[in-house]
Amino acid sequence: MAGIISFGAFIPRYRLNRMMMFASMGWFNPVTMAVAAGEKAVANYDEDTITMAVAASMDALADDQASAGIDGLYAASTTFPYQERLNANIIAAALDLNPNIRSMDFSAALKSGTSAILAALDSIESGQNKKIMVAASDSRLGKPGSMQEHFYGDGAGAVLIGNENVAVEFKSSFSISVDFVDHFRSAGRKFDRTWEERWIRDEGFTKVIPEAIKGLLKKTGLNLSDFSKVIYPCHFSREHSGIAKKLGLDRSQMQSMMMDEVGDTGSAHPLLMLAAALEKAKPKDKILLVSYGGGADALYFEVTEEILNRKPKKGVSGYLARREDMNSYQKYVVFRDIIPVELGLRGEVQAPTAFSVLWRERRMVLGLVGSKCRKCGSPQFPPQRICANPACGSVDQMDPYRFAGKKGTIFTYTGDMLAFSYDPPQIYGMAEMEGGGKLFLDFTDCNLEQLKVGQPVEISFRRKYYDDARGIHGYFWKAIPTS
Amino acid sequence: MAEGIKDKVAIIGMGCTRFGEQWNKGAEDLMVDAFVEALEDSGIGKKDIQAAWLAVCFDEVNVGKSAIPLSQTLKLPFIPVTRVENFCASGTESFRGACYAVASGACDFAMALGVEKLKDTGYGGLPDFGQSMGTRSRLVFPNMTAPGAFAMMATKYFDRYGLSREKGKEILAYISSKSHHNGALNPKAHLRREVSVQQVLDAPIVADPLGLFDCCGVSDGAACAIVTTPEIAKKIRPDFIRVKALQIAVTSGEELLYTDWDGTHVETTYQAGQRAYKEAGIKNPREELSMLELHDCFSITELVTYEDLQISPRGKAGEDVLAGFYNLDGKIPCQPDGGLKCFGHPIGASGLRMIYEIYKQMQGKAGERQIKDPKLGLTHNLGGFPNASICSVGIFGI
Repeated sequence: MAGIISFGAFIPRYRLNRMMMFASMGWFNPVTMAVAAGEKAVANYDEDTITMAVAASMDALADDQASAGIDGLYAASTTFPYQERLNANIIAAALDLNPNIRSMDFSAALKSGTSAILAALDSIESGQNKKIMVAASDSRLGKPGSMQEHFYGDGAGAVLIGNENVAVEFKSSFSISVDFVDHFRSAGRKFDRTWEERWIRDEGFTKVIPEAIKGLLKKTGLNLSDFSKVIYPCHFSREHSGIAKKLGLDRSQMQSMMMDEVGDTGSAHPLLMLAAALEKAKPKDKILLVSYGGGADALYFEVTEEILNRKPKKGVSGYLARREDMNSYQKYVVFRDIIPVELGLRGEVQAPTAFSVLWRERRMVLGLVGSKCRKCGSPQFPPQRICANPACGSVDQMDPYRFAGKKGTIFTYTGDMLAFSYDPPQIYGMAEMEGGGKLFLDFTDCNLEQLKVGQPVEISFRRKYYDDARGIHGYFWKAIPTS
Repeated sequence: MAEGIKDKVAIIGMGCTRFGEQWNKGAEDLMVDAFVEALEDSGIGKKDIQAAWLAVCFDEVNVGKSAIPLSQTLKLPFIPVTRVENFCASGTESFRGACYAVASGACDFAMALGVEKLKDTGYGGLPDFGQSMGTRSRLVFPNMTAPGAFAMMATKYFDRYGLSREKGKEILAYISSKSHHNGALNPKAHLRREVSVQQVLDAPIVADPLGLFDCCGVSDGAACAIVTTPEIAKKIRPDFIRVKALQIAVTSGEELLYTDWDGTHVETTYQAGQRAYKEAGIKNPREELSMLELHDCFSITELVTYEDLQISPRGKAGEDVLAGFYNLDGKIPCQPDGGLKCFGHPIGASGLRMIYEIYKQMQGKAGERQIKDPKLGLTHNLGGFPNASICSVGIFGI
């Protein structure tokens, strides 16, 4: 039976305190005081939907070897950077998957995450695919001063769907699809528009989610009390509890929305909540997962013995613990390109992206694949044809060697105030990698004062540049110092 | 069997403009100024020059590509003219071209001119590297600047040799302060004020741990050299200067691509220096050299260069610095003209400006900066970054 083989999550490091947001914009919309509690997770200037999806996918894989055999990549988001250029393909390239796979983008609704899961399950069940990575990710934008700005958080969740060593077996689903326009965003627009909140709460969440659950229960003949967890998203806290009450759920069956820690991560949120639940799940647990947005999907899973062998590398709990106060609402609105800042000549200049070069070098750029000499065994990045080892010098004796997923230590570094950065200083340096080889990379998610030669680093997929004039999001990898 | 270039080339004329923010002069003006001074100094006529080399780095914000800007500006009469570029070592690269031309017997008189007009870019500092890294490299290169690249070497140097941040920065500050003392005595320098060690330490950080006064500025300038063989030079002037060595080393890539490089030195400097000493017949540089013009783009560069050129022992150059070994009144004056620190770094011109100072010092024409009885002078011109560089070393004498 098809199901979830492994699962992962990603929550960005920066956290924006909601009272700080209120202090900046509360004068404009005092009503936001009602939701200005806790903090939300916000993407760094070099993170977006795609980078977070990659991070969640890598979190779901025990190691790079686990990506062998993946023959599908389904990505879900309502905030993809590209309207045309398959976002799933960029994620697949970052995971260094081979090209003989199915890839799809699922979009335009907050239920797209579970839609992607359902589609992946169908592909597996039909025998057409063996392993499909489903990654849902969103970095949604609310207008300054809006309730949405308080509700929305950034994050991603991933599940690897297959039919061998299944840890969470899929049993059944029930879907509702309706053109219920509680919010929408047409092509080319930067912000959502919403209708009246009361209507959204009363006619939307409070009606559709229970309807989907009831439909699934009727289909399967199960009772709600059979389920260890009933997971559904609703960023209105009172309505979230109200639905539980309406359904007669026990407290232990509820899964936290994490509004005070992360915020509503849109299409990723059901997968994020599921990942949190699965960290504590036990064999034989029945889980009901519901999404909401454009209707609802309700999925019934049953946990197997395999769950005991499955722990994501960091998971929700690991990423929740890794945090840094953003300390400034202004930084947030600058990162999200809501207010203009003086970029200066260095910030404005952007060399054109030669797509023929990007194509030829896609494994190097997107996959962080270098070369390893067969004769002397030394890994090198960028990949070389002639070995750089002065004692070796072999020609065309190289095998591809992927540096992503490996750990390293800081060889040296600096914090550069002259180079343009959205979050100065621009920090970069060299890392010596376990297994050999050196990488010369930008560093991110760190403070200069805390860095030391010899400190451990991990490697993370990030947006390297955004070419505003040409509308190009460019990606590469950066080093993240860990303590 | 190749013999090297020792005593095969004579410098008979040199020119050097004032370096600085020359808002009223374009590159063409600077070329003419440097050339006229060199020609008058040499005593030969323009028609005697049979080949020329032009050093320009950032052609896209400067004079544009090819050798035509030099030939057209100076109205050189259809002679061979070549444009060369090797990042910040471009100046010495043009000099190499002229030297090998006369040493080979291909021509009697050749000329090298370097010019850079950086104050029209609109940048404080060098223009962004993004466009000059090539289409493949820039997809994976970090968002770095020159100060940052060398700052990383300072971070590693302090760490490797156990220098506290305070001690390390103090050593670097001495280096800059010493150069400013010399530049204050030089009418052609851009920056002509004394700067104390404390002022250097108090300057804002540019790329940690380097501060503003650890970095040379960008400026405009040009310099020119006219060379011939010693046999011909003897008939023209008695005080010509001989080229004793001219070596260049370029990275093999192994500093970054392989793992042995320690990050605290510049391998190309060591390699070029080693070969230059052999070519000039120098066995003990610390004893035999009279003066140095080193590529002090950043104070840390000068510090490690003392070690890479085998003058100070590894990890101990700081002791020599603090003891005044490299001061104008020290054992081996370094940057007697004020260096890149006081002149700024019009990239194509810098290598030639270094040779200009050695040339004038050897002829006893260095005014208040005159070193007593100099025998051998060394220029060190470095392009690129510590992990991937080009180093030119020239040694000159009488």
